[in-house]
Amino acid sequence: MFIQIKNLSKKFNNNLAVNNISFDIKKNQTVGLLGPNGCGKTTSIGMMLGLIKPSEGEIIIDNKNINKEKRDGILSKINFASPYIELPKKLTVKQNLEIYGRLYGVKNLSERINELSIDLNLKQFLKKKTGELSSGQKNRVSLAKSLINKPEILFLDEPTASLDPDIGDYIRGYIQSYKLKNQVTILLASHNMNEVERLCDNIIMMKKGVIIDRGTCAEIIKKHGRNNLEETFLKLARS
Amino acid sequence: MNFLKIYALGLRHIYLISNSLPRIIDLIYWPTVQIFLWGFISKFFTVGSTYYSDAVGIILTAAILYDFLFRASISYNIMFLEEIWSRNFTNLFIAPIKISEIITALTITAVLRTLIGLMPAAALAIPLFGVSIFKLGVPLVFLLLSLYIFGVSLGLLVTSGLIRFGPSFENIAWASLFFLAPLGCIYYPIEILPEALQLVAKALPLVHIFEEMRNILINNSIDWFQIIKSITISLIYFILGVIVFYMSYFGARIRGTLINMGE
Repeated sequence: MFIQIKNLSKKFNNNLAVNNISFDIKKNQTVGLLGPNGCGKTTSIGMMLGLIKPSEGEIIIDNKNINKEKRDGILSKINFASPYIELPKKLTVKQNLEIYGRLYGVKNLSERINELSIDLNLKQFLKKKTGELSSGQKNRVSLAKSLINKPEILFLDEPTASLDPDIGDYIRGYIQSYKLKNQVTILLASHNMNEVERLCDNIIMMKKGVIIDRGTCAEIIKKHGRNNLEETFLKLARS
Repeated sequence: MNFLKIYALGLRHIYLISNSLPRIIDLIYWPTVQIFLWGFISKFFTVGSTYYSDAVGIILTAAILYDFLFRASISYNIMFLEEIWSRNFTNLFIAPIKISEIITALTITAVLRTLIGLMPAAALAIPLFGVSIFKLGVPLVFLLLSLYIFGVSLGLLVTSGLIRFGPSFENIAWASLFFLAPLGCIYYPIEILPEALQLVAKALPLVHIFEEMRNILINNSIDWFQIIKSITISLIYFILGVIVFYMSYFGARIRGTLINMGE
Protein backbone atom coordinates (compact mmCIF):
# COMPACT_ATOMS: atom_id res chain seq x y z
CA MET A 1 0.00 0.00 0.00
CA PHE A 2 1.22 3.49 -0.82
CA ILE A 3 -0.60 5.25 1.99
CA GLN A 4 -1.49 3.38 5.16
CA ILE A 5 -3.53 4.96 7.91
CA LYS A 6 -3.57 2.82 11.04
CA ASN A 7 -5.87 3.48 14.01
CA LEU A 8 -5.52 7.21 13.62
CA SER A 9 -7.12 9.45 16.25
CA LYS A 10 -6.96 13.12 17.11
CA LYS A 11 -8.28 14.64 20.27
CA PHE A 12 -8.47 18.43 20.75
CA ASN A 13 -9.01 19.00 24.48
CA ASN A 14 -12.12 16.88 25.09
CA ASN A 15 -13.23 16.76 21.48
CA LEU A 16 -12.41 13.59 19.57
CA ALA A 17 -12.15 15.00 16.03
CA VAL A 18 -10.90 11.77 14.45
CA ASN A 19 -11.65 8.49 16.14
CA ASN A 20 -9.57 5.44 15.33
CA ILE A 21 -9.74 5.47 11.54
CA SER A 22 -7.82 3.05 9.33
CA PHE A 23 -7.61 2.85 5.57
CA ASP A 24 -5.18 2.13 2.77
CA ILE A 25 -4.69 3.82 -0.58
CA LYS A 26 -2.98 2.02 -3.44
CA LYS A 27 -0.48 3.78 -5.68
CA ASN A 28 -2.13 5.88 -8.42
CA GLN A 29 -5.58 5.47 -6.90
CA THR A 30 -7.92 8.43 -6.44
CA VAL A 31 -9.82 8.22 -3.19
CA GLY A 32 -12.60 10.57 -2.16
CA LEU A 33 -12.92 11.57 1.47
CA LEU A 34 -16.51 12.55 2.09
CA GLY A 35 -18.59 13.61 5.00
CA PRO A 36 -20.56 16.50 6.44
CA ASN A 37 -18.80 19.59 7.79
CA GLY A 38 -16.93 18.86 11.01
CA CYS A 39 -16.67 15.12 10.34
CA GLY A 40 -12.86 15.11 10.58
CA LYS A 41 -11.81 15.33 6.91
CA THR A 42 -9.62 18.42 7.27
CA THR A 43 -8.08 17.13 10.50
CA SER A 44 -7.29 13.82 8.78
CA ILE A 45 -5.68 15.59 5.82
CA GLY A 46 -3.81 17.90 8.22
CA MET A 47 -2.35 14.84 9.96
CA MET A 48 -1.33 13.29 6.63
CA LEU A 49 0.39 16.54 5.67
CA GLY A 50 2.29 16.61 8.96
CA LEU A 51 0.58 19.82 10.10
CA ILE A 52 -1.26 18.12 12.95
CA LYS A 53 0.25 15.58 15.30
CA PRO A 54 -2.00 12.55 15.78
CA SER A 55 -3.01 11.68 19.33
CA GLU A 56 -2.74 8.01 18.38
CA GLY A 57 -2.09 5.88 15.35
CA GLU A 58 0.29 5.85 12.44
CA ILE A 59 0.51 7.38 8.98
CA ILE A 60 2.79 5.47 6.64
CA ILE A 61 3.50 6.99 3.25
CA ASP A 62 5.64 5.01 0.83
CA ASN A 63 6.83 2.83 3.74
CA LYS A 64 7.84 5.85 5.82
CA ASN A 65 6.15 6.85 9.06
CA ILE A 66 5.60 10.58 8.69
CA ASN A 67 5.83 11.24 12.40
CA LYS A 68 9.13 9.42 12.79
CA GLU A 69 11.02 10.20 9.58
CA LYS A 70 12.41 13.59 8.56
CA ARG A 71 9.47 15.69 7.36
CA ASP A 72 11.18 17.34 4.39
CA GLY A 73 12.03 14.01 2.75
CA ILE A 74 8.40 12.90 2.71
CA LEU A 75 6.91 16.32 1.98
CA SER A 76 8.94 16.68 -1.22
CA LYS A 77 6.78 13.93 -2.75
CA ILE A 78 3.50 15.46 -1.62
CA ASN A 79 1.54 18.57 -2.45
CA PHE A 80 -1.75 20.14 -1.53
CA ALA A 81 -4.31 22.51 -3.01
CA SER A 82 -7.25 24.10 -1.30
CA PRO A 83 -9.29 27.22 -2.01
CA TYR A 84 -8.98 28.03 1.69
CA ILE A 85 -5.26 28.66 1.52
CA GLU A 86 -3.74 31.15 -0.87
CA LEU A 87 -0.49 32.19 -2.42
CA PRO A 88 1.04 35.61 -1.62
CA LYS A 89 -1.24 38.12 -3.33
CA LYS A 90 1.38 40.77 -3.99
CA LEU A 91 3.64 38.44 -5.91
CA THR A 92 3.07 37.69 -9.57
CA VAL A 93 1.90 34.25 -10.61
CA LYS A 94 5.33 33.48 -12.05
CA GLN A 95 7.13 34.64 -8.89
CA ASN A 96 4.91 32.42 -6.74
CA LEU A 97 5.49 29.40 -8.94
CA GLU A 98 9.21 30.13 -9.00
CA ILE A 99 9.43 30.33 -5.22
CA TYR A 100 7.49 27.12 -4.61
CA GLY A 101 9.45 25.41 -7.38
CA ARG A 102 12.66 26.34 -5.60
CA LEU A 103 11.30 25.27 -2.20
CA TYR A 104 10.40 21.87 -3.65
CA GLY A 105 13.80 21.65 -5.34
CA VAL A 106 12.31 21.35 -8.85
CA LYS A 107 14.89 20.84 -11.57
CA ASN A 108 14.47 22.71 -14.89
CA LEU A 109 12.09 25.05 -13.13
CA SER A 110 11.50 27.44 -16.05
CA GLU A 111 10.53 24.49 -18.22
CA ARG A 112 8.16 23.17 -15.54
CA ILE A 113 6.49 26.57 -15.09
CA ASN A 114 6.13 26.88 -18.84
CA GLU A 115 4.63 23.38 -19.07
CA LEU A 116 2.09 24.07 -16.32
CA SER A 117 1.18 27.48 -17.67
CA ILE A 118 0.38 25.97 -21.06
CA ASP A 119 -1.56 23.05 -19.53
CA LEU A 120 -3.55 25.20 -17.12
CA ASN A 121 -3.88 28.15 -19.45
CA LEU A 122 -1.95 30.57 -17.22
CA LYS A 123 0.29 32.15 -19.87
CA GLN A 124 -1.66 35.37 -20.23
CA PHE A 125 -1.48 36.26 -16.55
CA LEU A 126 1.92 34.92 -15.47
CA LYS A 127 3.12 38.47 -14.87
CA LYS A 128 -0.04 39.58 -13.09
CA LYS A 129 -0.17 39.81 -9.30
CA THR A 130 -1.92 36.79 -7.83
CA GLY A 131 -4.26 38.97 -5.77
CA GLU A 132 -5.62 40.59 -8.96
CA LEU A 133 -6.90 37.30 -10.41
CA SER A 134 -10.47 36.01 -10.46
CA SER A 135 -11.41 33.00 -8.29
CA GLY A 136 -11.20 30.67 -11.27
CA GLN A 137 -7.76 31.97 -12.24
CA LYS A 138 -6.52 31.76 -8.63
CA ASN A 139 -7.78 28.22 -8.47
CA ARG A 140 -5.78 27.24 -11.54
CA VAL A 141 -2.67 28.91 -10.10
CA SER A 142 -3.17 27.06 -6.83
CA LEU A 143 -3.45 23.81 -8.79
CA ALA A 144 -0.28 24.69 -10.72
CA LYS A 145 1.53 25.26 -7.41
CA SER A 146 0.32 21.89 -6.16
CA LEU A 147 1.68 20.18 -9.28
CA ILE A 148 4.96 22.10 -9.50
CA ASN A 149 6.97 19.22 -7.96
CA LYS A 150 5.14 16.48 -9.94
CA PRO A 151 3.87 15.08 -6.63
CA GLU A 152 3.45 11.38 -6.11
CA ILE A 153 0.65 12.18 -3.70
CA LEU A 154 -1.77 15.04 -4.16
CA PHE A 155 -4.20 16.17 -1.51
CA LEU A 156 -7.07 18.20 -2.90
CA ASP A 157 -9.46 19.91 -0.52
CA GLU A 158 -12.63 20.98 -2.35
CA PRO A 159 -10.70 21.94 -5.50
CA THR A 160 -13.74 23.35 -7.27
CA ALA A 161 -15.51 25.05 -4.35
CA SER A 162 -16.86 28.50 -5.26
CA LEU A 163 -16.17 28.06 -8.98
CA ASP A 164 -18.78 28.48 -11.68
CA PRO A 165 -19.85 25.20 -13.39
CA ASP A 166 -17.77 25.90 -16.48
CA ILE A 167 -14.50 26.45 -14.64
CA GLY A 168 -15.33 23.66 -12.19
CA ASP A 169 -15.72 21.31 -15.14
CA TYR A 170 -12.43 22.54 -16.62
CA ILE A 171 -10.58 21.78 -13.37
CA ARG A 172 -12.16 18.32 -13.07
CA GLY A 173 -11.27 17.61 -16.70
CA TYR A 174 -7.72 18.75 -16.10
CA ILE A 175 -7.29 16.53 -13.03
CA GLN A 176 -8.61 13.58 -15.04
CA SER A 177 -6.26 14.19 -17.95
CA TYR A 178 -3.31 14.84 -15.59
CA LYS A 179 -3.93 11.46 -13.96
CA LEU A 180 -3.88 9.73 -17.31
CA LYS A 181 -0.48 11.19 -18.16
CA ASN A 182 1.16 11.09 -14.70
CA GLN A 183 1.60 8.66 -11.83
CA VAL A 184 -0.18 10.31 -8.94
CA THR A 185 -2.15 9.14 -5.94
CA ILE A 186 -4.94 11.55 -5.06
CA LEU A 187 -6.93 12.04 -1.89
CA LEU A 188 -9.84 14.30 -2.68
CA ALA A 189 -12.05 15.90 -0.04
CA SER A 190 -15.16 17.28 -1.66
CA HIS A 191 -18.80 18.14 -1.13
CA ASN A 192 -19.49 17.92 -4.83
CA MET A 193 -20.80 14.41 -5.38
CA ASN A 194 -20.68 14.61 -9.19
CA GLU A 195 -17.02 15.50 -8.90
CA VAL A 196 -16.39 12.54 -6.60
CA GLU A 197 -18.23 10.15 -8.93
CA ARG A 198 -16.26 11.45 -11.88
CA LEU A 199 -12.79 11.42 -10.34
CA CYS A 200 -12.63 8.79 -7.60
CA ASP A 201 -11.89 5.08 -7.78
CA ASN A 202 -12.94 4.60 -4.17
CA ILE A 203 -14.59 6.64 -1.48
CA ILE A 204 -14.39 6.83 2.28
CA MET A 205 -17.39 8.26 4.11
CA MET A 206 -16.79 9.90 7.47
CA LYS A 207 -19.17 11.14 10.12
CA LYS A 208 -18.39 12.45 13.61
CA GLY A 209 -14.74 11.43 13.31
CA VAL A 210 -15.29 7.82 12.28
CA ILE A 211 -15.44 6.02 8.95
CA ILE A 212 -19.01 4.94 8.36
CA ASP A 213 -18.62 3.37 4.92
CA ARG A 214 -16.14 2.75 2.15
CA GLY A 215 -15.98 1.21 -1.31
CA THR A 216 -16.46 2.23 -4.93
CA CYS A 217 -19.15 4.81 -5.68
CA ALA A 218 -21.30 2.16 -7.39
CA GLU A 219 -20.97 -0.25 -4.46
CA ILE A 220 -21.96 2.36 -1.89
CA ILE A 221 -24.89 3.67 -3.94
CA LYS A 222 -26.17 0.12 -4.42
CA LYS A 223 -25.65 -0.85 -0.80
CA HIS A 224 -27.82 2.03 0.42
CA GLY A 225 -30.45 1.60 -2.30
CA ARG A 226 -30.13 5.12 -3.73
CA ASN A 227 -29.91 6.42 -7.30
CA ASN A 228 -26.74 8.45 -7.01
CA LEU A 229 -23.99 9.50 -4.62
CA GLU A 230 -25.72 12.74 -3.62
CA GLU A 231 -28.78 10.85 -2.34
CA THR A 232 -26.53 8.32 -0.61
CA PHE A 233 -24.56 11.11 1.06
CA LEU A 234 -27.77 12.71 2.32
CA LYS A 235 -29.03 9.42 3.69
CA LEU A 236 -25.80 8.75 5.56
CA ALA A 237 -25.37 12.32 6.79
CA ARG A 238 -28.92 12.48 8.15
CA SER A 239 -29.10 9.02 9.64
CA MET B 1 20.41 23.05 5.90
CA ASN B 2 19.70 23.66 2.23
CA PHE B 3 20.82 27.15 1.22
CA LEU B 4 18.85 27.04 -2.04
CA LYS B 5 15.66 26.72 0.00
CA ILE B 6 16.77 29.48 2.36
CA TYR B 7 17.39 31.63 -0.73
CA ALA B 8 13.91 30.78 -2.06
CA LEU B 9 12.30 31.82 1.23
CA GLY B 10 14.26 35.07 1.17
CA LEU B 11 13.41 35.65 -2.47
CA ARG B 12 9.70 35.67 -1.56
CA HIS B 13 10.33 38.75 0.60
CA ILE B 14 12.70 40.38 -1.86
CA TYR B 15 10.00 40.09 -4.55
CA LEU B 16 7.43 41.47 -2.14
CA ILE B 17 9.55 44.55 -1.44
CA SER B 18 10.71 45.12 -5.01
CA ASN B 19 7.16 44.75 -6.40
CA SER B 20 5.88 47.66 -4.34
CA LEU B 21 7.23 51.22 -4.22
CA PRO B 22 4.93 52.15 -1.27
CA ARG B 23 6.52 49.30 0.70
CA ILE B 24 10.01 50.67 0.05
CA ILE B 25 8.91 54.17 0.99
CA ASP B 26 7.31 52.82 4.16
CA LEU B 27 10.58 51.11 5.09
CA ILE B 28 12.53 54.35 4.71
CA TYR B 29 9.90 56.75 6.03
CA TRP B 30 9.79 55.85 9.75
CA PRO B 31 13.54 55.74 10.45
CA THR B 32 13.89 59.08 8.65
CA VAL B 33 11.11 60.63 10.76
CA GLN B 34 12.89 59.32 13.87
CA ILE B 35 16.13 60.98 12.82
CA PHE B 36 14.42 64.32 12.22
CA LEU B 37 12.50 64.16 15.48
CA TRP B 38 15.45 63.19 17.68
CA GLY B 39 17.79 65.45 15.78
CA PHE B 40 15.73 68.54 16.60
CA ILE B 41 14.91 67.45 20.17
CA SER B 42 18.57 66.81 20.98
CA LYS B 43 19.64 70.04 19.33
CA PHE B 44 17.27 71.80 21.71
CA PHE B 45 18.76 69.85 24.68
CA THR B 46 22.27 71.09 23.94
CA VAL B 47 21.22 74.50 25.19
CA GLY B 48 20.84 73.38 28.83
CA SER B 49 22.68 70.05 29.01
CA THR B 50 25.47 69.62 31.51
CA TYR B 51 25.84 65.86 31.10
CA TYR B 52 26.56 65.78 27.43
CA SER B 53 29.02 68.03 25.73
CA ASP B 54 27.79 66.65 22.44
CA ALA B 55 24.12 65.95 23.12
CA VAL B 56 23.07 65.92 19.49
CA GLY B 57 25.68 63.35 18.55
CA ILE B 58 24.98 61.05 21.48
CA ILE B 59 21.19 61.16 21.39
CA LEU B 60 21.02 60.87 17.62
CA THR B 61 23.50 57.99 17.55
CA ALA B 62 21.40 56.29 20.24
CA ALA B 63 18.25 56.94 18.18
CA ILE B 64 19.83 55.41 15.08
CA LEU B 65 21.08 52.35 16.96
CA TYR B 66 17.74 51.87 18.70
CA ASP B 67 15.97 52.16 15.37
CA PHE B 68 18.29 49.49 14.00
CA LEU B 69 17.16 47.16 16.81
CA PHE B 70 13.53 48.14 16.29
CA ARG B 71 13.66 47.56 12.51
CA ALA B 72 15.45 44.22 12.90
CA SER B 73 12.81 42.91 15.26
CA ILE B 74 9.82 44.37 13.41
CA SER B 75 11.17 43.15 10.06
CA TYR B 76 11.33 39.64 11.44
CA ASN B 77 7.78 39.86 12.78
CA ILE B 78 6.36 41.43 9.63
CA MET B 79 7.86 38.83 7.33
CA PHE B 80 6.20 36.15 9.42
CA LEU B 81 2.93 38.08 9.61
CA GLU B 82 2.96 38.48 5.81
CA GLU B 83 2.55 34.70 5.55
CA ILE B 84 -0.44 34.81 7.89
CA TRP B 85 -2.03 37.86 6.24
CA SER B 86 -1.67 36.36 2.77
CA ARG B 87 -3.05 33.00 4.00
CA ASN B 88 0.10 31.37 2.67
CA PHE B 89 1.04 29.88 6.02
CA THR B 90 -0.20 26.34 5.31
CA ASN B 91 1.52 26.25 1.89
CA LEU B 92 4.76 27.16 3.58
CA PHE B 93 4.53 24.61 6.37
CA ILE B 94 3.69 21.71 4.02
CA ALA B 95 6.66 22.54 1.78
CA PRO B 96 9.72 20.34 2.31
CA ILE B 97 11.61 22.85 4.42
CA LYS B 98 13.08 22.54 7.86
CA ILE B 99 12.15 24.87 10.70
CA SER B 100 15.83 25.80 10.95
CA GLU B 101 15.71 26.90 7.29
CA ILE B 102 12.68 29.12 7.98
CA ILE B 103 14.46 30.72 10.96
CA THR B 104 17.67 31.24 8.96
CA ALA B 105 15.82 32.73 5.97
CA LEU B 106 13.88 35.17 8.17
CA THR B 107 17.06 36.12 10.06
CA ILE B 108 19.03 36.83 6.89
CA THR B 109 16.20 38.61 5.05
CA ALA B 110 15.49 40.82 8.05
CA VAL B 111 18.97 42.36 7.53
CA LEU B 112 17.94 43.55 4.10
CA ARG B 113 14.70 45.14 5.31
CA THR B 114 16.53 46.75 8.23
CA LEU B 115 19.29 48.22 6.09
CA ILE B 116 16.86 49.56 3.46
CA GLY B 117 15.21 51.54 6.23
CA LEU B 118 18.24 52.59 8.15
CA MET B 119 20.95 53.46 5.65
CA PRO B 120 19.16 56.52 4.18
CA ALA B 121 18.31 57.76 7.67
CA ALA B 122 21.89 57.34 8.92
CA ALA B 123 23.19 59.08 5.81
CA LEU B 124 20.74 61.98 6.26
CA ALA B 125 21.95 62.61 9.81
CA ILE B 126 25.43 63.52 8.53
CA PRO B 127 24.58 66.65 6.50
CA LEU B 128 21.53 67.64 8.55
CA PHE B 129 22.92 67.40 12.09
CA GLY B 130 26.61 66.70 11.54
CA VAL B 131 26.21 63.32 13.25
CA SER B 132 27.71 60.15 11.90
CA ILE B 133 27.28 56.77 13.58
CA PHE B 134 30.56 55.82 11.90
CA LYS B 135 32.30 57.93 14.56
CA LEU B 136 31.95 54.85 16.75
CA GLY B 137 34.63 53.19 14.62
CA VAL B 138 35.22 49.44 14.52
CA PRO B 139 33.09 48.76 17.65
CA LEU B 140 30.06 49.94 15.64
CA VAL B 141 30.10 46.64 13.73
CA PHE B 142 29.96 44.65 16.96
CA LEU B 143 27.36 46.89 18.58
CA LEU B 144 25.16 46.49 15.48
CA LEU B 145 25.75 42.74 15.53
CA SER B 146 24.66 42.56 19.16
CA LEU B 147 21.60 44.70 18.46
CA TYR B 148 20.74 42.59 15.45
CA ILE B 149 21.00 39.28 17.33
CA PHE B 150 18.83 40.68 20.12
CA GLY B 151 16.31 42.14 17.62
CA VAL B 152 16.01 38.80 15.88
CA SER B 153 15.67 37.04 19.25
CA LEU B 154 12.73 39.28 20.10
CA GLY B 155 11.34 38.55 16.65
CA LEU B 156 11.65 34.83 17.33
CA LEU B 157 9.81 35.17 20.65
CA VAL B 158 7.01 37.20 19.05
CA THR B 159 6.63 34.80 16.10
CA SER B 160 6.52 31.95 18.59
CA GLY B 161 3.59 33.76 20.17
CA LEU B 162 1.95 34.11 16.75
CA ILE B 163 2.29 30.36 16.19
CA ARG B 164 1.02 29.62 19.69
CA PHE B 165 -1.85 32.13 19.90
CA GLY B 166 -2.52 32.94 16.25
CA PRO B 167 -2.99 36.35 14.63
CA SER B 168 -4.53 37.73 17.84
CA PHE B 169 -0.94 37.98 19.09
CA GLU B 170 -0.27 40.60 16.40
CA ASN B 171 -0.68 43.54 18.76
CA ILE B 172 2.02 42.15 21.02
CA ALA B 173 4.26 42.02 17.94
CA TRP B 174 3.95 45.79 17.53
CA ALA B 175 4.29 46.54 21.22
CA SER B 176 7.09 44.11 22.07
CA LEU B 177 9.96 46.55 21.78
CA PHE B 178 8.27 49.34 23.68
CA PHE B 179 8.09 47.06 26.74
CA LEU B 180 11.88 46.89 26.85
CA ALA B 181 12.77 50.40 25.76
CA PRO B 182 12.59 51.99 29.25
CA LEU B 183 14.88 49.28 30.64
CA GLY B 184 17.29 49.51 27.73
CA CYS B 185 18.75 52.82 28.97
CA ILE B 186 18.93 54.00 25.39
CA TYR B 187 19.00 57.74 26.04
CA TYR B 188 20.06 57.85 29.70
CA PRO B 189 22.60 56.14 31.96
CA ILE B 190 21.57 53.08 33.98
CA GLU B 191 21.92 55.02 37.26
CA ILE B 192 18.66 56.81 36.44
CA LEU B 193 16.73 53.56 37.01
CA PRO B 194 15.69 52.44 40.52
CA GLU B 195 18.12 49.86 41.92
CA ALA B 196 15.78 46.90 41.51
CA LEU B 197 15.20 47.74 37.87
CA GLN B 198 18.93 48.15 37.30
CA LEU B 199 19.32 44.44 38.03
CA VAL B 200 16.69 43.60 35.42
CA ALA B 201 18.21 46.04 32.93
CA LYS B 202 21.64 44.45 33.28
CA ALA B 203 20.18 41.16 32.11
CA LEU B 204 19.39 42.83 28.77
CA PRO B 205 22.10 43.46 26.19
CA LEU B 206 20.72 46.93 25.48
CA VAL B 207 22.17 48.53 28.61
CA HIS B 208 25.65 47.27 27.77
CA ILE B 209 25.35 48.36 24.13
CA PHE B 210 24.15 51.88 24.86
CA GLU B 211 26.45 52.38 27.87
CA GLU B 212 29.35 51.43 25.61
CA MET B 213 28.13 53.71 22.85
CA ARG B 214 28.16 56.63 25.33
CA ASN B 215 31.53 55.53 26.68
CA ILE B 216 33.04 55.64 23.20
CA LEU B 217 31.53 59.00 22.29
CA ILE B 218 32.13 60.74 25.63
CA ASN B 219 35.39 59.18 26.91
CA ASN B 220 36.90 58.23 23.58
CA SER B 221 37.78 54.80 24.92
CA ILE B 222 36.63 51.29 24.05
CA ASP B 223 35.63 48.71 26.65
CA TRP B 224 35.74 45.46 24.68
CA PHE B 225 34.59 43.46 27.69
CA GLN B 226 31.31 45.41 27.66
CA ILE B 227 30.87 44.70 23.93
CA ILE B 228 31.59 40.98 24.31
CA LYS B 229 29.20 40.87 27.27
CA SER B 230 26.42 42.43 25.16
CA ILE B 231 26.97 39.95 22.30
CA THR B 232 27.02 37.03 24.73
CA ILE B 233 23.75 38.12 26.37
CA SER B 234 22.18 38.61 22.91
CA LEU B 235 23.26 35.12 21.89
CA ILE B 236 21.70 33.66 25.04
CA TYR B 237 18.41 35.36 24.12
CA PHE B 238 18.77 34.08 20.54
CA ILE B 239 19.19 30.48 21.73
CA LEU B 240 16.20 30.96 24.03
CA GLY B 241 14.21 32.37 21.09
CA VAL B 242 15.05 29.36 18.92
CA ILE B 243 14.04 26.93 21.68
CA VAL B 244 10.73 28.76 22.27
CA PHE B 245 10.06 28.84 18.50
CA TYR B 246 10.52 25.06 18.22
CA MET B 247 8.33 24.50 21.30
CA SER B 248 5.60 26.69 19.79
CA TYR B 249 5.80 24.84 16.49
CA PHE B 250 5.49 21.43 18.14
CA GLY B 251 2.72 22.76 20.38
CA ALA B 252 0.86 24.13 17.34
CA ARG B 253 1.07 20.71 15.68
CA ILE B 254 -0.57 19.19 18.74
CA ARG B 255 -3.28 21.88 18.89
CA GLY B 256 -3.82 21.81 15.12
CA THR B 257 -3.46 25.57 14.74
CA LEU B 258 -1.06 25.41 11.77
CA ILE B 259 -3.81 24.33 9.40
CA ASN B 260 -6.13 27.26 9.99
CA MET B 261 -3.65 30.03 10.74
CA GLY B 262 -4.97 33.32 9.46
CA GLU B 263 -8.59 32.62 10.23
